[in-house]
Amino acid sequence: MQELSQTRLGEVIQASSTTFCAQCYELYSLPPLGTLVKTNEGDNELYAVVYQAFTEGIEPGRKPIARGKDEPSEEAVFKANPQLVKLLRSEFAALVVGHKRDGRVNQYLPPRPARLHGFVYECSSEEIAGFSRCYTFLTLLVNAKAETPSDELIAAVLRLMSASQEDPRAFLVNAGKELAALLGQDYARLKAILERIKP
Amino acid sequence: MNRESRLGIVVSGSLSDGVAVRMDGHTSVEDVVVGHYVTIEGQKHRFLGMITDVKLDASDQHMTFFPPSADDDFSAEVLSGTSAYGMLTVTPYLLIGGAAQPDVNEPQPVKTIPSHFSPVGLSSDADIELVFGKEDDKKFWIGNPLDMETKLCLNLPEMVKRSNGIFGKSGTGKTFLTRMLLIGILQKSAAVNLVFDMHSEYGWKHRNEKGRDVKALKQLFGSKVAIFTLDEENARQRMVTPDFVAKIGYDEIEPEDISLLRQTLNLTDLAVDASYSLRKHFGKDWINKTLNLDGEDSAKVLNALNIHEGSFQSLKRGLTSLTRLTFTQPHVEQQAVSQILTRLENGTHVVLEFGRFTDIAAYILVANLLTRRIYDKYRERTERSIADGSAAPKPLVITIEEAHKFLNAEVASQTIFGTIAREMRKYNCTLLVIDQRPSGIDTEVMSQLGTKITCLLDNERDIDSVLAGTSGKSGLKGVLARLAAKQQALIFGHAVPMPVAFCPREYGTEGFYKEISSEQPNPKEIEEDINNLWR
Repeated sequence: MQELSQTRLGEVIQASSTTFCAQCYELYSLPPLGTLVKTNEGDNELYAVVYQAFTEGIEPGRKPIARGKDEPSEEAVFKANPQLVKLLRSEFAALVVGHKRDGRVNQYLPPRPARLHGFVYECSSEEIAGFSRCYTFLTLLVNAKAETPSDELIAAVLRLMSASQEDPRAFLVNAGKELAALLGQDYARLKAILERIKP
Repeated sequence: MNRESRLGIVVSGSLSDGVAVRMDGHTSVEDVVVGHYVTIEGQKHRFLGMITDVKLDASDQHMTFFPPSADDDFSAEVLSGTSAYGMLTVTPYLLIGGAAQPDVNEPQPVKTIPSHFSPVGLSSDADIELVFGKEDDKKFWIGNPLDMETKLCLNLPEMVKRSNGIFGKSGTGKTFLTRMLLIGILQKSAAVNLVFDMHSEYGWKHRNEKGRDVKALKQLFGSKVAIFTLDEENARQRMVTPDFVAKIGYDEIEPEDISLLRQTLNLTDLAVDASYSLRKHFGKDWINKTLNLDGEDSAKVLNALNIHEGSFQSLKRGLTSLTRLTFTQPHVEQQAVSQILTRLENGTHVVLEFGRFTDIAAYILVANLLTRRIYDKYRERTERSIADGSAAPKPLVITIEEAHKFLNAEVASQTIFGTIAREMRKYNCTLLVIDQRPSGIDTEVMSQLGTKITCLLDNERDIDSVLAGTSGKSGLKGVLARLAAKQQALIFGHAVPMPVAFCPREYGTEGFYKEISSEQPNPKEIEEDINNLWR
């Protein structure tokens, strides 16, 4: 039933306490940066936000090579080389921002990391609204040591979340206030984020 | 504390400098005013304090260098109350109950400060009422704390036990405030007033700055008030019927009076000394005799008394200028002092108008001369009452204007007013000092004033001298300097549990007259009056 109503984005192929990495079933069917996704770990439902996505060859030692010199369009490259779809894969990495246990959302790290081959789903609007009732998860994002600049990530997460709110502006203002408390000593960073989430 | 009245939480502070309150995001600094009262809900006590400073602060100073642009509403909304916030400095003054003492009825002075993160909110009317009480037979409503409906009531019988002062720049409402206070004293029967009314504005009607006539004591209280005047003609012109025209006999003037007028009459020290010798030589009628002294007699007397001719001439010039005042006469049958004393004994309040004699020499002479005699009588009667257990004389409040002329550091030790300010409390006689240059008043006298009411002052020295010795002085300084130019005042000292910035009751409206006159005398007084009638 869950699969019918929700979009399955991919499958966990690597996991740690703070992040997990998932491979998409289709090439390029990547969720946008900052999307709230979820996966199951036993009784816990893990929530995470997409902080990184990439597409590469399936073999680490073999770099893709340019093939479209004589092709009229990009689609034609794939048509002429149907194996490409199988030789390339899209993956995304997500930062764990909370979990649900016994119906209660906790915005701190779960006791155990995600399981490999666990399915990863995109959260629905209701779930996003339910999750973003409180802003404690911002602490995890502010302190995250990810390749993506965390300011960009925070801004992307808040922009996407605001779309699922009844009053997006009020949501952004409150989130901004929470950030102001977290970044009280770092006005430059706070200003950069506010510039990016301004409605 | 409900959300609307909540302002913020305590984040730091000390008892001496006041506590710092970080404002909540939803309250604007523009809504809080210096001088407002706040209640702090500590863990064990409730504190009542006054806002003494408002400040804008930022958690990161970079914000002050690179603020969000003016049209960026979003950033402004996010930052205000979080990274950029308002800070209040609150001076706690009183403890008003709380978990540790829930049944407290009397506010206690603070000896500690509220703990961290105690919520702070604007005081409710009930809290203020607990502190300043309700109007009753002792408490007189003089105004309302700034921006509040609650009445500020003074316990007048308590207040007049000490000398008090009213200060403020010219035109800030001192006269109206004084008139109100005199009415209060009169109405609550706390004491009898003797007003040395330099500009004839307390007895009969007077015109306010808007050009409207306002009633004064005699019109409002009729037979309870007697108007004395030094200038009958002026009274007639103003259509005032004085109860008594006061004259001063030369023989009533003593060398002490002359010594006080040394500066005003431009006398030398030796001339003042000469007056003492002449008084000793000639006796009571010394002025008359000194003025008539010339020729050989003069040389003989001066030689005998070892007075230099120059000093004698200087003194003579001074005395002549006194005799030019039309209210002075060689001899007076009915002495003003005894008339005033009789009235004061009967509980009648006396206003002495100076008419056209607004010259400071006349004022100092008359005020000092009369007061000295009244002082002697009061002292004598109080001492007698202590000795034989009879009733002490009714408390007397002497109102003087331009007080710095009597009470400056040079003459305060000599004038009778200096003595009264320092010690006459014991003899049921106190001063109500009105002045615009409090810095000119002797610091010793200033320190003895029980309650001080001050309207706007903007001279640094004046402010310092008024607030000298008050706890939380620096905070009050801010409040005092920011009072409106009119109809706002700060009261602190003996009669109030904590300093209050207030708007005096509106004087001179029909409503006010009605309220004042509707106060019925108590039945006991009526009965007494009837008994006196048949006696």
